[in-house]
Amino acid sequence: MSPHRGVLETLFWRTGSLVVIAYALLPVAWILSLSLKPAADLNDNRFVPRELSLEHYRAIFADAQFPAALWNSIGIAAVSTLLAVSLAMFAAYAIVRLRFRGRALILGAALSIAMFPPVAVIGPLFNLWRNIGLYDTWPGLVLPYMTFTLPLAIWILSAFFREIPWDLDKAARVDGATPFQAFRHVIAPLAAPGIFTAAILVFIFAWNDFLFAAALTSTNDARTVPAAIAFFTGSSRFELPTGSIAAASVVVTVPVSLVVLIFQRRIVAGLTAGAVKG
Amino acid sequence: MSRVRDHSEERLAWLLCTPAALAMLLVTAYPITYAVWLSLFRYDLRFPDERAFVGLANYAGVLTSGVWWESLANTLIITIGSVSIELVLGMLLALLMHRVLFLRGTVRASILVPYAIITIVAALAWKFAFDPVTGFINPWLGLETAWLTERWSAFLVIILTEVWKTTPFMALLLLAGLTLVPQDLLDAARVDGASARQRFFRVTLPLMRNAVMVALLFRTLDAFRIFDTVFVQTRGAQGTETISIVGYHALVSRLNLGLGSAVSVLIFLCVVAIAMLFVKGLGASFAAEDKA
Repeated sequence: MSPHRGVLETLFWRTGSLVVIAYALLPVAWILSLSLKPAADLNDNRFVPRELSLEHYRAIFADAQFPAALWNSIGIAAVSTLLAVSLAMFAAYAIVRLRFRGRALILGAALSIAMFPPVAVIGPLFNLWRNIGLYDTWPGLVLPYMTFTLPLAIWILSAFFREIPWDLDKAARVDGATPFQAFRHVIAPLAAPGIFTAAILVFIFAWNDFLFAAALTSTNDARTVPAAIAFFTGSSRFELPTGSIAAASVVVTVPVSLVVLIFQRRIVAGLTAGAVKG
Repeated sequence: MSRVRDHSEERLAWLLCTPAALAMLLVTAYPITYAVWLSLFRYDLRFPDERAFVGLANYAGVLTSGVWWESLANTLIITIGSVSIELVLGMLLALLMHRVLFLRGTVRASILVPYAIITIVAALAWKFAFDPVTGFINPWLGLETAWLTERWSAFLVIILTEVWKTTPFMALLLLAGLTLVPQDLLDAARVDGASARQRFFRVTLPLMRNAVMVALLFRTLDAFRIFDTVFVQTRGAQGTETISIVGYHALVSRLNLGLGSAVSVLIFLCVVAIAMLFVKGLGASFAAEDKA
């Protein structure tokens, strides 16, 4: 804190910090509260539940739909992440380390895809996937997720790879390390943070997507959690199953939030890497 | 010697880039070309036998319908509303994270929560919060409003949800720009008697121009594609339909591939137009920086 600053100003910024924290967490606290309210209290308009109950959690796991969607979400997001980060790693290595004429082309293509409206391709993909049997399958979602996250992954990895002192690899080789050892003990540990950051952000994208999941899946075979939650049906067609939706929301929000909180520094670096250095 | 090396280097580079390039072409360039093709046909999956080449009739149909123009207007209302609020809030948040040490780690961690939350979940959480039957907002404000059943209050809830979810991203991009502003320049301005307001508008903001443009570009294009929040909160009812919702309904709900593809192509053209506008602005902004 700079000494010139008045008490009032300090107070203003401190209050601001508290307001920001409360505002950011309010909907999360609210959905948690809803998920723990017994069915009879769901409509009591209270922010804090009167009584706690786990009945909604038991209900969603007793039904076949949510566990299937959870499995699809985890699997599809994980496979998409693995593929997107692997392909992006090759491309980023070429962009940073090799001289070739297509560099600007690849970076330009990545940038235009980052701006591409996904809704413009769901119709053709829907038709194409139905014809070649990818509709309502894991690969049918993995392909679009992988593609739409490639730009982000290439961008982040190029930014991180640019900072790696690649000559260390030569130094290790001079000291008698085999090429594989040099890669394994020198380069890989330096590249790991960037790869990890890219992986988290790609995973979050795939985990979050609703449009492709809603358009390209129809059953428990491949329907992911966002689509399952949005199409949850209650006892009547006109009433949303609020309790189940809230419980399912908490189940998919908590793990990702924890990962984000643990690795917050990396994620901030990754989110801003492309924009500042690109 | 060096020419040989150049060639092998170039070949290796292409080999490394090909898988990524192929994937990007397969899932974007090919489908958008296919969409252009489909948009020239009358092609409804419910009546596949009536498929016929109709030229630009689908475009004429879309562009002369009130639905397209109304949804375009709605999309612009939501985009401009949320992005301008986010810019102001995001800037305040960036300044706060830049200057205030008090609870800094907690602030940074908590603003990542909205980013990490699934959009569908955030949209439902706010929907339930504003719902007169389940929500706590009405009792807190002493109102009995059915927010999502009336057009403008529904826009308010949609924009609030977007702002909540994406301001952190905006703030982080702006913060990255803010850290590039040299402190001694600000100190010099302070010594010269510039007030805090003058320092911000005359020194900080001009130096952050590029960061602001990049943040605005990404968020504008993102907001323009808005789908999840509107789908969950109103399904496009109450005159809140956005162009992505119109496209989705034509393609997926009504299975009208011809008309829906025309909508897709038009959305694509809108996005290209917005992007070009920004890229032009960014180019001017970089050029100005080079001269300075």
